[in-house]
Amino acid sequence: MSQRTLFDKVWDLHTVRVLPSGQTQLFIGLHLIHEVTSPQAFAWVHERGLKVAFPDRNLATVDHIVPTEDQSRPYADTQAEEMLVAIDRNCREFGIRLYQPGSGKQGVVHIIAPEQGLTQPGMTVACGDSHTATHGAFGAIAFGIGTSQVRDVLASQTLAMSRLKVRRIEINGTLGRGVTAKDVILHVLRVLSAKGGVGFAYEFAGSTIDAMSMEERMTVCNMAIEGGARCGYINPDATTFAYLKGREHAPSGAAWAKAVAFWQSIASGSDAVFDDVKTFAAADIAPTVTWGISPDHAIAIDEQIPDVTAFPESERPNIAEAHQYMGLTPGQPIKGLKIDVAFIGSCTNGRISDLRAAADVIQAHGGQVAAHVKAFIVPGSEAVKAAAEAEGLDRIFTKHGFEWREAGCSMCLAMNPDKLKGRQISASSSNRNFKGRQGSPEGRTLLMSPAMVAVAALEGAVSDVRAVEAKVPAAKVTVTKALTAKAATARTMRAPAGKRPVRTVATKPVTRAKVVGRKAGKLVVKSAKPAKPAKAVKAVKASKAAKAKRQAKPAKAKPAKNQAKSKPTRKPAAKPVKPVRRALRRNGLK
Amino acid sequence: MSAIISRIAGRGIPLRGNDIDTDRIIPARFLRCVTFDGLGAHAFEDDRQQLARAGKQHPFDEPRFSDGIVLVVNGNFGCGSSREHAPQALAKWGKGIKAIVGVSFSEIFSGNCTAMGLPCLRISQADADAIQTAIEADPAVEVVVDLNDLSVAIGSQRWSAQLADAARKQFLTGQWDALGELVDGLPQVKATAARLPYLNAFAS
Ligand code: SF4
Repeated sequence: MSQRTLFDKVWDLHTVRVLPSGQTQLFIGLHLIHEVTSPQAFAWVHERGLKVAFPDRNLATVDHIVPTEDQSRPYADTQAEEMLVAIDRNCREFGIRLYQPGSGKQGVVHIIAPEQGLTQPGMTVACGDSHTATHGAFGAIAFGIGTSQVRDVLASQTLAMSRLKVRRIEINGTLGRGVTAKDVILHVLRVLSAKGGVGFAYEFAGSTIDAMSMEERMTVCNMAIEGGARCGYINPDATTFAYLKGREHAPSGAAWAKAVAFWQSIASGSDAVFDDVKTFAAADIAPTVTWGISPDHAIAIDEQIPDVTAFPESERPNIAEAHQYMGLTPGQPIKGLKIDVAFIGSCTNGRISDLRAAADVIQAHGGQVAAHVKAFIVPGSEAVKAAAEAEGLDRIFTKHGFEWREAGCSMCLAMNPDKLKGRQISASSSNRNFKGRQGSPEGRTLLMSPAMVAVAALEGAVSDVRAVEAKVPAAKVTVTKALTAKAATARTMRAPAGKRPVRTVATKPVTRAKVVGRKAGKLVVKSAKPAKPAKAVKAVKASKAAKAKRQAKPAKAKPAKNQAKSKPTRKPAAKPVKPVRRALRRNGLK
Repeated sequence: MSAIISRIAGRGIPLRGNDIDTDRIIPARFLRCVTFDGLGAHAFEDDRQQLARAGKQHPFDEPRFSDGIVLVVNGNFGCGSSREHAPQALAKWGKGIKAIVGVSFSEIFSGNCTAMGLPCLRISQADADAIQTAIEADPAVEVVVDLNDLSVAIGSQRWSAQLADAARKQFLTGQWDALGELVDGLPQVKATAARLPYLNAFAS
């Protein structure tokens, strides 16, 4: 049995008592609620004449069923409308905060709680949604529950749970160019299988994980459930604390130091004992794509569809079924497979850094969405949408032929109008490639990173993002080198040998950009054509803290409904040029 | 206290295949509802239709299995989405699935089943195969699932099964619906809340 791991410490701290069955009655520090798995639970609480025990420790939003195009109420879909009415009524009856569309705080439940600083290290988090594992990125123990358990948490703020075993998954080294957190987790799933984690909590660790931003860590933990692990977590560190600082619900003032001390104390100790340890090398991970009907049916972009003989006997019927459903032949390369739809979004990859990554690739590529492809980008929350629009990402997307939508789960699952048709193949940044998952009973899903989806949309077929990254004009590298020289003392620029090459995010030819000076420790680069500076301006922040701060600080969210109107008012930045906050977030530039 | 569940006996439904996820058990479009009523009719809807189009039949559509109450599956059954709609759909299908026997189950799925009073027993791959074959050979056989001695039996054949101690106790003592017990513990719950640093020392 594991000892002194974060899991053990958090579990013990939240243990109310041992139940006669031998299960633990576990206190839930944060209960997140959405419209799909809660109405029956509220009805049961109501029927039994019970109350919600700790309304303040509950937060509700709507995400699964909300349309991402026309959000005017009542919704065209009467069932969806009924669900919205139900959650509104239930939250009022029981005194629970509800973030509705238009509040500026609505979004996919697993995106908004971290964004607002609600998810914190050392907490237990539960939600009627399997991807609750996402919150483990903060060093919380977070798991998905069913509706009966949603009822239990509402009425008692506790769950009857059996302790899990703890497996440490250690990933070390520097990720190659074009390799993202999504590729890391798809690779881990491929190796450990979709059921390898049943009975376990996954602790992700190692230098690769340490170097990741909070958003990248969320992507990794999000998909722990696809490996069968009920929860995944990462020990909190300076990156975690920097992300939390200043967020709406994070501790502040004198409480901050106390919080950090507690957060540090709950990390797995150097003397922690694990039930199992698996190690991976970052160097072995390539951009990864799924080809089948389970998230562990994953291969590197330059591999071929595997034959049944590559799998153990018991798996072969499934593999054959996957070949048949997907219409793919063993030996066929995945690269070059034509796609019909491209979707960027979801709780796995619908955060601001994901949208930035997509925008970078789109600009490096420079082309338009292929004529036969429908491509759309759905921000994970209203705050992400506002941040993306403030940076001009929406205009990059629409200019290159992508649709830009309102926040929601969208085509991650088929509960809203965004759906595949017939046997369409979608390149998707979501988390599940199950049969029928994206809305058509015969629809086919290829999971990949947002950058890979973007390039697939532009090429019209599954492609290697590294080929596009290689196309980044040499001029950009030159400019960056110039920056490096000027910033010889700046810690950000001391990328050790072997780290990923520096890549700028300039959208205009970088020959226009030049370093204009240094402001408050920041290098400021200015476009030679100030008429269009908003996109051409680049800045490099020097300190690690600054880097952490850049991780998707909640933008001042405007109500979604006003956003369309507010678009034309975004103006190019006036002089003096303000540093653009999207920039060097690659691990190599930390 | 809920009903004591110790023995389930009735016809079986064999459903072969690993990694059958909850999106397949109940496709997401049927989750647009505020009650679980009526879900039964849509269990495996897409899988059933797809097989029908290919001129085949899903076990849930085969008349010979239509009285089945014991579902016999393979590995990682119920993986994916946490939707309780999945076991609810199974419990409301036909005569209602009353027990599931399989090689392994996703944690959330089996937890949901336990909370509904639907035991999920684990058996070996070879035994799952043997039971599925026996039911296919004679769908009228009675499959007996016994939680007292943790076994599955058909006639004189008997296979040993596993069920977590906690879940077994919950079924045998009629405590599978945990709510009453959890609510009884509220005074201790409050005491626990009072010592959590994030609700006290640095509450925000
Ligand atoms: S984005 Fe997808 S996986 Fe995440 S909560 Fe929504 S439907 Fe579930």
